[in-house]
Amino acid sequence: MAKPENEITWKDIKVGFVVDEPGSASVYRTGDWRSQRPVYERERCIRCGTCYVYCPDMAIKILKDGYIEHDLYYCKGCGICAEECPTGAIIIVDEEE
Amino acid sequence: MDKFLDRLNIYASRLVLQKEYLMPGHRACQGCAEVLALRLVAKVLGRNNIIASATGCMEIVSSPLPLTSWNVPWIHVAFENAAAVASGIEAGLKALMRKGGLPQQKINVMAMAGDGGTSDIGLQALSGAMERGHDFVYVCFDNEAYMNTGIQRSSSTPFGASTTTSPAGKVVPGQTTWKKNMPEIAAAHNIPYVATACPSYPFDLMEKVKKAADIEGPAYIHILSVCPTGWRLPPQLAIHAGRLAVETGIFPLYEVERGKYRLSVDLPELRPVEEYLKIQGRFRHLTPEMIDKIQQRVLEEYEKLKKKVEMTNEG
Repeated sequence: MAKPENEITWKDIKVGFVVDEPGSASVYRTGDWRSQRPVYERERCIRCGTCYVYCPDMAIKILKDGYIEHDLYYCKGCGICAEECPTGAIIIVDEEE
Repeated sequence: MDKFLDRLNIYASRLVLQKEYLMPGHRACQGCAEVLALRLVAKVLGRNNIIASATGCMEIVSSPLPLTSWNVPWIHVAFENAAAVASGIEAGLKALMRKGGLPQQKINVMAMAGDGGTSDIGLQALSGAMERGHDFVYVCFDNEAYMNTGIQRSSSTPFGASTTTSPAGKVVPGQTTWKKNMPEIAAAHNIPYVATACPSYPFDLMEKVKKAADIEGPAYIHILSVCPTGWRLPPQLAIHAGRLAVETGIFPLYEVERGKYRLSVDLPELRPVEEYLKIQGRFRHLTPEMIDKIQQRVLEEYEKLKKKVEMTNEG
């Protein structure tokens, strides 16, 4: 999208509310909602990918070597990955300012 | 140890397609299992997929006007007619391909709605579309109330649940009616494929969606999606709660393929329903007598389902 979201006016919106740019919502930083943050411990990870499957915000990336990385731009800090991790490689901590 | 695990590097989770068709940046609440289910469904149906979406949580969170989360063609329609629009799309594609406007190919058509859009408002359009036999997949995301507008009861709300329009008080203890058995209504249309699924069992869910897409004719998938906001549940327990719903027998996972019932998770012994009810704030007011009543009902329904499995698989 050429303009940031808050500068878009009614003149920029197409007739019939057609949005012709697929996946444009990915510019929105849902990570701002977070009050808790996942912390990943690489040594305990068995690379099973459970967290990747269960993440509702697509905030977990599987790297080439099989380990994972949290995308804090999108992570809302729900804690599902920490709860479901079979080895406890992810813990959830309060976001400190 | 590490070397050993390297050789056994065959975790099912890592075989899942990495491409996303629902992009991140959607506005779903923290720990929403409904958007997780939607993500997995979109992943399976792939690029050649057209979606008609009724009003509901999943429409609101994925399409804030100047932006969209979708990587596939997607249309928002009113509460009533998601199935009607999907059948129109399917008929239109068929006509286009017959007249040569479009090369012959397999295009999945999917209609999606919440439990309100399916079992209350959109029921007649869905019934009509299933009766006409259009080749489409209808996915119902059942979070057991109208969560998008502020947790109002629907016909899919379970007995005893406290919502804003069925609040628990001294006289009336929450919802007074039982949950509508929507998959059975769909199965009564004699359509080729009906299934129930839960995102806590992601591979089972994805397999069912794949099957539904491959089958010629209408397919209906009912997905229990835990809503931490409306169920008064800590967000990290969303997956755990879905698992408990299946293990207690409250939401059994089964599929009906051309009239034949099959249990997907066949449990030798059910857990007590109390385990599922006590972690949720919406059931906090339940007395032991009411929990007993729910337990009785769950066991009865589960027995009924088991009998159907036996009956339809004879001979």
